[in-house]
Parts: sequence; C-alpha cells; structure tokens
Amino acid sequence: MTVSLFFQHLANGISLGALYALIAIGYTMVYGILRLINFAHGDIVMVAAYVAFYGAAMYALPWWLAFPLAILLTAGLGMIIERAAYRPLRGVPRIQLFTSAVAVSFLLENLGIVVFSGRPKAFPRPAFLDKPLHVGDVIIISYTPVAVAVALILFGGLLYIVHRTKVGMAMRALSKDIETTGLMGVDTDRVIMIAFAIGSALAAAGGILLAIKFPQINPLMGVVPGLKAFIAAVLGGIGNITGAMIGGFLLGIAEIMIVAFFPQLAGYRDAFAYTILIALLLFRPTGLMGEVEPEKA
Amino acid sequence: MRTSITRNRILTVLALAGFVVFLVYAQTNWDAYRLRILNLCAVYTIFAVTFNLIYGYTGQFSLGHAGFAAIGAYAAALLTMSPEQKAANFFLAPIIPLLRDVEWPFLPALLVGGTLAALASLLIGWPALRLRGDYLAIATLGFSEIIRVLFVNWQRITNGSLGLKGIPDHTNVYWSWGAALVTIFVVKRLVDSSYGRALRAVRDDEVAAQALGVRLFTHKMMAFMLSSFFVGVAGGLMANLISTIDPKVFMFFLTYQIVGITVMGGMSSLTGSLVAAVLYTVFLEVLRPIESPFDLGPLHIPGIPGMRMVLFSTLLLLVILFYRQGLFGQREFSWDGLLNTLARLHRRVTGLWGRTPPPSTVDKGEQ
Repeated sequence: MTVSLFFQHLANGISLGALYALIAIGYTMVYGILRLINFAHGDIVMVAAYVAFYGAAMYALPWWLAFPLAILLTAGLGMIIERAAYRPLRGVPRIQLFTSAVAVSFLLENLGIVVFSGRPKAFPRPAFLDKPLHVGDVIIISYTPVAVAVALILFGGLLYIVHRTKVGMAMRALSKDIETTGLMGVDTDRVIMIAFAIGSALAAAGGILLAIKFPQINPLMGVVPGLKAFIAAVLGGIGNITGAMIGGFLLGIAEIMIVAFFPQLAGYRDAFAYTILIALLLFRPTGLMGEVEPEKA
Repeated sequence: MRTSITRNRILTVLALAGFVVFLVYAQTNWDAYRLRILNLCAVYTIFAVTFNLIYGYTGQFSLGHAGFAAIGAYAAALLTMSPEQKAANFFLAPIIPLLRDVEWPFLPALLVGGTLAALASLLIGWPALRLRGDYLAIATLGFSEIIRVLFVNWQRITNGSLGLKGIPDHTNVYWSWGAALVTIFVVKRLVDSSYGRALRAVRDDEVAAQALGVRLFTHKMMAFMLSSFFVGVAGGLMANLISTIDPKVFMFFLTYQIVGITVMGGMSSLTGSLVAAVLYTVFLEVLRPIESPFDLGPLHIPGIPGMRMVLFSTLLLLVILFYRQGLFGQREFSWDGLLNTLARLHRRVTGLWGRTPPPSTVDKGEQ
C-alpha cells in the first residue's frame, strides 16, 4: 500500500468516524444520566435525515436553513420521546425502561416505512460538499473536512455546556445520583429533557452527514450506524463524552482500515464492529476511558 | 385436594385429546392458507415461550432470537433439501461437498438445528451473560447480526444473499404444534422446578440469589441454551413451512416482534405467550386488507404498506407504558381458576335458586 493510498483510506475512516462520534455522544449522555441505552437513538438519526430531505428536496429550502431546522425538530422529537416513553417509567426496573426504548425504536422504524415509504430516496448533496480537494497526492472530497469540523465544533460546544454552564453542572450531578441532585433543588426532569435534546441534536447532525455521505436514505438507515455508534460509545467508555468522541473516530478508522488492508474481508465489514464489542465486553468492559463504578440499581 | 389433582389430570388429557382432534380436522379439511396461519401460530408460540423463559423468568434481555432462529432454519433447510434442489439453488458457487448429498428426515434435521443454535448461544453467552441487562441485549443483538453477515458471506454453505428456495414442506400442524406443546411442557416443568425458582431469584435480585448459593452464570446459561435450542427448532419449522429463506428473513425485526408478543402476553406467563402469539398471528392476517387498496363505498382508500406493524408497535408501547403486566401478567391458566370462574358465573345465573355455592378455597395462582 502506498503512502498516499494509506492517507486516502485514513481520510475516509476519519469522515466515517466523525459520524459515529456524533451519534455516540447521544448514547453516552443518556446512559451517563439514566443508565439507559437509548435504543431509539439510531432511529432519531433516520428521522433527522428525512426531515432534512423534505426540507431541502420537497420544500426547496436552502441547505443552511433546512439542516439547522432538521436538527431543531429532531431535538424536539428527542424531548417528546423522553417525555412520553421514558419519563413515565422512572423508578421501575431498568430493563422495563429498555424495553420501552426497543418499542420506541420499533415504532419509529415502522412509522418511517409508512410515512416515508420503504423505498430509498436520493438525498440532495449541497454542491460545496462535493468538490474534490487535492492534498499532495491524496484526493479528498470536500465533505470530509466539513464533517470533521462539524463534529469537532459541536463537541467543543458540548464540552462547554457540560463543564461551564449550570445545566451542565446539573447533568454531571445527575450522572452521579439523580435523587440527591433533585433534593439539592435541581429540576431533574428538565435537565434530563435537555440532555435528550442535546443528544438528539447531535444525532441529527450525524444523520444529515450520514445522508450526505451515502446520498441515499431509507427508514432503516439508522439501525446499523446506531448500533455501531453505541459500540463506539462502549469503546470509549460509556458515560464519558470525550471517550465517545475518541471511540467514534477509532471505530470509523478501524473499519475502513481493516477492509483496506484485508480486501478479502470486505463482506464481513459489518460484523467487525460487533466482534470488537464482544471482545471489549470480555476483556475491558469499561472501555478506554471509562471508570469502574459500583452497580447502580 | 387429591381428587382435584386427579380431576385436573383428566381435564388436561381431555383437553389435549380435543386439541388433537382439532388438529386432525384442520390438517385434513383446511386450505393451505389457513393451515399456514395455524402453523405460524405454533412457531410464534415457541418463539414467545422461549423468549419468556430467558427474559420473563430469568430477567436476561437477549435480543438474539433472530440469529438463533436463522441457525436452526438454515440447518434444517440444508439437511432436508434434496441434492437436486441444492444443485438448482447453488448456481453461483457449488455447495460444499459435506452438505451436497445429504437428505435427512425432518426430526434429526430439526434437532441438529436446535443443537447448533444452543451451541451458538453458549458461544455468545459465555462473554455476554456476565453483563448487565442492556449490555447483554446489545451484545446478543450484535451476535445475531454477525450470524446474518456470516450467512450472507458463506456463499458455499448458505447460498449467500440469494437464499434457499424449494425447501421441502415437511412442517404440518402435527410437527409445529407438537414442537410447541413439547416446548411449553419443558419450559413449564423447568420454571416450576427448584431451578425455576432459582431463575426467578436471579431475575429479581442477583446479589441476593448469589448470597443464597444460586450459581448465577450456570443458571443463566442453562436457561439461555435451552431457550436457544427451541428457537433453533422453531427456525427449522419455519424454514420447512415457508419453503424460501434468505438472511433478510432473520433481521432484528423478527426479534422485535417476539419481544412485543411476549411483553403483551405478560412476562412470566406461558399462557400469556401462547395466547398473545396466536392472537398476533391471526390479527396480522385479519388486518392484511388495510395494507392493500380497498373501496369503502364511493371512497377509494389506498393501501398503506407497513400499517399493521405501526399498529402493533404502538400497541406494544402503550402496553409497556400503561399496562405493564400485559394480558396475563404472572398468572397461568389452571383448571381450578377456570372452574372457579365458571362456578362464579353459574352462581350468578342460578343465584336466585339458593343453591349451595361450590367451595372456592383453591388458590388461583397455583397450578
């Protein structure tokens, strides 16, 4: 493999990793607070892509209006899901909460099939993301740096919220102990809802980038990236936002590189992430940056 | 008490005999379409009962059903297909010599399918069953997807994404309901045994169960493997029923449906799983017209593909949110319960005559 080809693959892996990272953060935030794997997160990604599609293709909105609008609406959807399907189940065994998440995911996928139709749709790609850029010998499409920049900017914004604002402080407190945080005068339901909104907004950004990268959308498009992003979150140490970011990029690069170095494994590419997950759970369940914590009921 | 046990046995035997008569009648008189639904009812019953064993009784959220069913389905299909059928199927790449000329009877093929599924569950259970609930769910779901990816890629064993066509239609109502009844019987005996109590202890509080000397891992693994074995058998029944399979049949959607059926029937109620599986299969057929266009007087209503699943998943969510116990909760069907209910109805009807009411001291929760 030539050096330039290697960098070509690396760029490809990084742009895939940016997607995983954005989606993984939502998983990790919700898990950090509620100890819930928000199974519907991948389907939120899908909804965002469709909203952006309808905005840009059907109503002919310019992308700079359609995309933020989609992110905003998806954040709202995340809040609605939290309010309707998760909040009524506070205090019941966690497994019930997870069952509810599975049901929400199932519902969103089926609604997607009915409302958007099961047939894949071509996603309009803004022209400025389609330009080839020459960096030495390596040709990358202008989408790649934009995707990475979007991921890093949103990540920076999130770090600011979590570590420098009052809401962020409340989130960090909630992840330690919900009940006590409530007793300290924090409106826990509101903070949890904000966490869902932020997580869904990031997932929406990821979904739009996903739709641009593979310019085709269908109602089940979120499932596999969702699962993989979850694996990325586990890889980085679930509950740790920086870990999710790093895990996302690592997983994206690893997936591309495995196929680049072993082309005969190309068909097994989708199985690779799950194998990582199972190996991780066997040898290092806390992931790269996770801390061992006592079991929480 | 003894008389009531004898009476219940007699009633059970009578009910089973009645059911067999019904099956014979259906198998000889019903058309292929209704028979297929009846068979599917049995397959979904096995799926739901086994999911109930691992989730409802043991508290382990496994989302691997589709993968285990795929293993059983492919094993049974490949073992029962005739060499000519296989040659016709594998036109892209020849089938491996080991499987080329085998053509087994149905029963050993089903058993091999179940055994392979159980072995696969050992493989994934080993790392995954040490994990907490939702991690287990993701790990098993991932495993089930790995199986699907492998089956797409093992061109010379599974015929890849082309799938298998022309699988012999061995499955009839005797096979399917026979397997369903055996599954119910085995699972029922297990959950009523001391092992079953240990499983429930694991579900309710792992730490307490461990303190009482229950070996967590062994018990979880036993339930998991037993459940997977029957899922594999059900997969084989399904393959020899629908006669065409490909890896897409065994996507996560199948698992979600099984979760839904079980939750709606009631966790820790085998009666609930049975009733919900039958209701689900029948309603899915009854509601089939809403997905195809139809005319309502002067109105032309276009069909909405996928609408049935939207209704189903909405109902599932509502059950989880507002009626968490499902149809049966933890209750099981029992003759005592049924007779008490009948007696109560009878008393209400004939109450005016002042007859002595039959004793209703038997606890309904007991078998």
